[in-house]
Amino acid sequence: MENLIGTLVLVPLLGAGVLLCGGRRLDRAGHWIGTFAAALSFVIGVVLFADMLGRSGEDRELAATVFSWVPVGGFRADVGFQLDQLSMTFVLLITGVGSLIHLYSVGYMAHDERRRRFFGYLNLFLAAMLLLVLADNYLLLYVGWEGVGLASYLLIGFWQHKPSAATAAKKAFLVNRVGDMGLSIAIMLMFTTFGTFAFGPVLENADKAGEGRLTAIGLLLLLAACGKSAQVPLQSWLGDAMEGPTPVSALIHAATMVTAGVYLITRSGAIFDGAPDAQTAVVTVGAVTLLFGAIVGCAKDDIKKALAGSTMSQIGYMVLAAGLGPIGYPFAIMHLVTHGFFKAGLFLGAGSVMHAMNDEVDMRRYGGLRRYMPITFVTFGLGYLAIIGFPGLSGFFSKDKIIEAAFAKGGTEGWILGGAALLGAAITAYYMTRVMLLTFFGEKRWQPAPSPEEPGAEPAAETRGEGRMPHPHESPKVMTIPMIVLAAGSVLAGGLFSLNDAFLTWLEPVTGHEEGHSPVTAVQVTTATLVVLFVGVALAWAQYGRRPVPVTAPPGSLPVRIARRDLLQDDINHIVLVRGGEHLTRSLVYVDHTLVDGVVNGTAAAVGGLSGRMRRLQNGFARSYAVSMFGGAAVLIAATLLMRAV
Amino acid sequence: MNPVNYLYLAALLFTIGATGVLIRRNAIVIFMCVELMLNACNLAFVTFSRMHGNLDGQIIAFFTMVVAAAEVVVGLAIIVTIFRSRHSASVDDAGLLKL
Amino acid sequence: MSFPLLTATAAVPALGAVATAAVPAERRAAAKWLALAVSLVTLVLAATQLVRFDPDAKGPFQLTESHAWIAAFGVRYDLGVDGISVVLIGLTALLIPFIVLAGWHDADPLETHSSRWRPTQGFFALILMVEAMVVIAFEATDVFLFYIFFEAMLIPMYFLIGGFGDRAGERGEAESATQRSYAAVKFLLYNLVGGLIMLAAVIGLYAVTADQLGSGTFSLTEIVQARAAGKLDFATTTERALFLGFFFAFAVKAPLWPLHTWLPNAMGEATAPVAVLITAVVDKVGTFAMLRFCLQLFPEASKWATPVILVLSLISILYGALLAVGQRDIKRLIAYASISHFGFIVLGVFAMTTQGQSGATLYMVNHGISTAALMLVAGFLISRRGSRLIADYGGVQKVAPVLAGTFLIGGLATLSLPGLAPFVSEFLVLVGTFSRYPVAGAVATVGIVLAALYVLVLYQRTMTGPVAEPVREMPDLRARELAVVAPLIALLLFLGVYPKPVTQLLDPAVAHTMSQVHESDPQPAVHVNDAHVNDVEAAK
Repeated sequence: MENLIGTLVLVPLLGAGVLLCGGRRLDRAGHWIGTFAAALSFVIGVVLFADMLGRSGEDRELAATVFSWVPVGGFRADVGFQLDQLSMTFVLLITGVGSLIHLYSVGYMAHDERRRRFFGYLNLFLAAMLLLVLADNYLLLYVGWEGVGLASYLLIGFWQHKPSAATAAKKAFLVNRVGDMGLSIAIMLMFTTFGTFAFGPVLENADKAGEGRLTAIGLLLLLAACGKSAQVPLQSWLGDAMEGPTPVSALIHAATMVTAGVYLITRSGAIFDGAPDAQTAVVTVGAVTLLFGAIVGCAKDDIKKALAGSTMSQIGYMVLAAGLGPIGYPFAIMHLVTHGFFKAGLFLGAGSVMHAMNDEVDMRRYGGLRRYMPITFVTFGLGYLAIIGFPGLSGFFSKDKIIEAAFAKGGTEGWILGGAALLGAAITAYYMTRVMLLTFFGEKRWQPAPSPEEPGAEPAAETRGEGRMPHPHESPKVMTIPMIVLAAGSVLAGGLFSLNDAFLTWLEPVTGHEEGHSPVTAVQVTTATLVVLFVGVALAWAQYGRRPVPVTAPPGSLPVRIARRDLLQDDINHIVLVRGGEHLTRSLVYVDHTLVDGVVNGTAAAVGGLSGRMRRLQNGFARSYAVSMFGGAAVLIAATLLMRAV
Repeated sequence: MNPVNYLYLAALLFTIGATGVLIRRNAIVIFMCVELMLNACNLAFVTFSRMHGNLDGQIIAFFTMVVAAAEVVVGLAIIVTIFRSRHSASVDDAGLLKL
Repeated sequence: MSFPLLTATAAVPALGAVATAAVPAERRAAAKWLALAVSLVTLVLAATQLVRFDPDAKGPFQLTESHAWIAAFGVRYDLGVDGISVVLIGLTALLIPFIVLAGWHDADPLETHSSRWRPTQGFFALILMVEAMVVIAFEATDVFLFYIFFEAMLIPMYFLIGGFGDRAGERGEAESATQRSYAAVKFLLYNLVGGLIMLAAVIGLYAVTADQLGSGTFSLTEIVQARAAGKLDFATTTERALFLGFFFAFAVKAPLWPLHTWLPNAMGEATAPVAVLITAVVDKVGTFAMLRFCLQLFPEASKWATPVILVLSLISILYGALLAVGQRDIKRLIAYASISHFGFIVLGVFAMTTQGQSGATLYMVNHGISTAALMLVAGFLISRRGSRLIADYGGVQKVAPVLAGTFLIGGLATLSLPGLAPFVSEFLVLVGTFSRYPVAGAVATVGIVLAALYVLVLYQRTMTGPVAEPVREMPDLRARELAVVAPLIALLLFLGVYPKPVTQLLDPAVAHTMSQVHESDPQPAVHVNDAHVNDVEAAK
């Protein structure tokens, strides 16, 4: 069984290699090769899962060291895999949702001439993500961590001829690199602290390291998580990342890659448990981001960006839960899985809508689509109910637990966190209802297709001409089937997981679990959640359901405009980093040219000038030469006499 | 007579010769001044020979005279050639040492 | 006497250079094939060295050859390799065939030239000459012998930089020639000054040994042994002065901030293969010599100078990267990126940890390969359009996807993406530095963000976006060009996943150097009771 773990990574990697190096020959079959590779790794995942279930709780962990990667002195990095319940959960999520999205992309990317490469990148992503969750040490995790970053870069910038896509891809990679810097320094610190960075020894000995070092490692890991999971202050790339094709947004920027930060924090639980300050930082980041993302989500008219804000916010919930320590870890992961289902479903639904509407993304130009796209409407609707936490659906179970756990943190902190989580739930209900109403209800506000130059527009395939009115139609089966499966997951997963606390028992051997001492009872929390849910929905209804929606967005008040601009995050980055950086590089280029080079050229010029002067002494007059001869002789004689006198 | 007086005379002659080399322009005169300097040296050599009571200085004086004779042959030939081609024996006109 | 393998490895390219230069003017193609064949034979010899080298053998040097040369001054023709030099010789011999192949048409005559025009032969002969000199510099264990070839390689490099440039393009031939000769003279002057200062230190070293040992010597092994035995004892100031003399020359060659400004000019004006020759081959002699001569001859002075050198290398890392961001010229951008990378190498060398020094040496190899890949593809790109300015490109990805793909992989290697070779070495350098100097390690890590910035900006501006008009008809990589790039990329991937073959050659040599400077790795703060770690300790 151990040997199978490696194949889990190898299969999609080979798929990527074949697709990317195969050349045009594979154009016709490439997408099926890619989908097959994804499905095969899912099957392997299921086999391993079945095998794992056959063993009891404590013996479920599998480990396999494949080869010694970098052995230098006391520094030993191995390529080794570790498959425990936590990794298993991720493996199933990644390969399962991944396979569905591969299938969906077969239809979605049908008209793209570079479809083979798209599937190559998707397979590359799967391989890197699986490596990330299966690695048994932090350095190998880092390889997967940057690998998913690369795949994300390639996929966001997939439509490279659009400058906006290329810029967004670069931005995503750069912001992630800032986070990666945190991770790599954290690994170095682990190495100097423990002499190793394998999960086992580091986490077992974490308590011996002293709080200072643990806090430092924890904060650095948090920085890494912020980058990858789009948490404040490194969140700014996620909105732009929506430039990528929609299946990419569903798989990478909603269901899997962006949750890697939560995985990292949960995996490093032992470190955070020993560093309360780092934990406080984690919950703060989570709470701030869940509100931040939710507010941004309310203001966006672009359906994908609204969903991106929502992703940010939901991951904020997970980070918040993960920061609570063992009270929260299982719920963070549970919400991660359910979120994987419903958010992927929502994105695929959005993709289906865009597919039908000439790649229009502005929700104000949708409306009334429920009659034209019944399957999309139902699956999107179920995802919507799940995310707002409608009783009985997935989101209800997972989010409710997080809010409970936040209150259970205790003290003022608990009230603040719980309050933030509740407020977030209300805003979630509001913006998701808004999305739902704008897209599927109300009047038709369709407009002729945007011209391809317009920023933010996905390129129109040849079949769809410019300036034509959209003809909404249901998407082909290859796209709707994944949506239906994901919708089923959004409905059922939460309930199944909560049956007899199944999920909790499953994860407990890895993450541990302890019951918090909540100042409020579970029933009170549930009631409060339902009340805020109702308030949020009602507000959205009052604003967007009762009265007609203008096609162009009203200018809005100052807070609305700020929210539309992603709460000024890009402006701040622009002023502080971009402008500052530009000035710095420009002045350095100048300094290099004038000062550093100038010193050297100046020396050369000085030598040249001096020799110019000296040259004049050689005037060709015999008498002046004679003077210098006499002078020289006199000096020599004087020197000799002087030496003798001394 | 005290032989040191001869040394003073030699120094005086040498200085006269050196000054002549430096300030005169006519190549012939400069040439004669060089001869004067050489002979001042000869005088000093001979004096030293006398003072130290050995013949080294006198031998060197002979060498100097041979060299001076050779120099006169080559030097005068050059000066005459320059005078023929440039119609002047002024050293300042011959700034040709400079590139 | 056994076959003098080390001499042969240097002699073959040297004789090959002479033969190539002697090829008649009209038979240009023959000269190219001859040069390629010679470089391949050298590669075989270098590979033989690698095979015959025994990493576990005792003693610092292997495959040694020793002959008296200038007996009056104790100068000997001493050759020998350790794990570090054998790897670098392998890198040099590996890169030269690719450089020859990539520069296949760089020295072809224009229509205006007569058929008697000979520089084609000269171009390839000079490349082989540089190879011979670099190889012997890596092999020399006699300081004077090393010095001679360290300096002599400037001559062929001068002609390569000054004599051959890109097709003039819009700037005009006269302007290009002026720029080229400026770059070549600047290269020569910088390195000559460095070399002369080193010469003074070399003579000083001789004077000290002559004074204390009775007869002067330049032999590295003898000096090191004499120091170990206590027979030779430098006064503190003397050691520091000599160290600085050596270090200055190597810092110019490496190049380290603020002695770096010759590199962007030289790399910008030279053709891409020559630029690779400069940065991937010749400059490595500088960093290699720091490791071999500075640290081994003057261990105490090295430790004394470490803080300053660390700061200089940190400045190099950040400064080079920031300047790379600000460049408008593709080749100059890569040159500044190289300055940043050389900062990492020097940082690793002077961090005085096993990881740092192994990483630095591995970095030399990986940087050679990755820069070669990136620079050569950039050269192919530039040769198509006739401009080095980034702004003259755009959307190349659409018309020449293979070119763009290889360019991206070269770029990703430059930004040290995990999975590609440079990541391993960069991380080792960072970890090695961090374990002794945490602040320096953390500051250097900022370099990885900046690296991502300049690489991605370069890629975005040249390869993505709407197709620029002048590149619309651009052909994709040709078979010859692919034959150059594909093996380099394969090597980057292989060494990224499995660097062990190289690290196990380096490890004993690095351990030896570490013992010379009397340093051992810092111990972790927490003693981890782990079977895995115990195994390692038991093995020791």
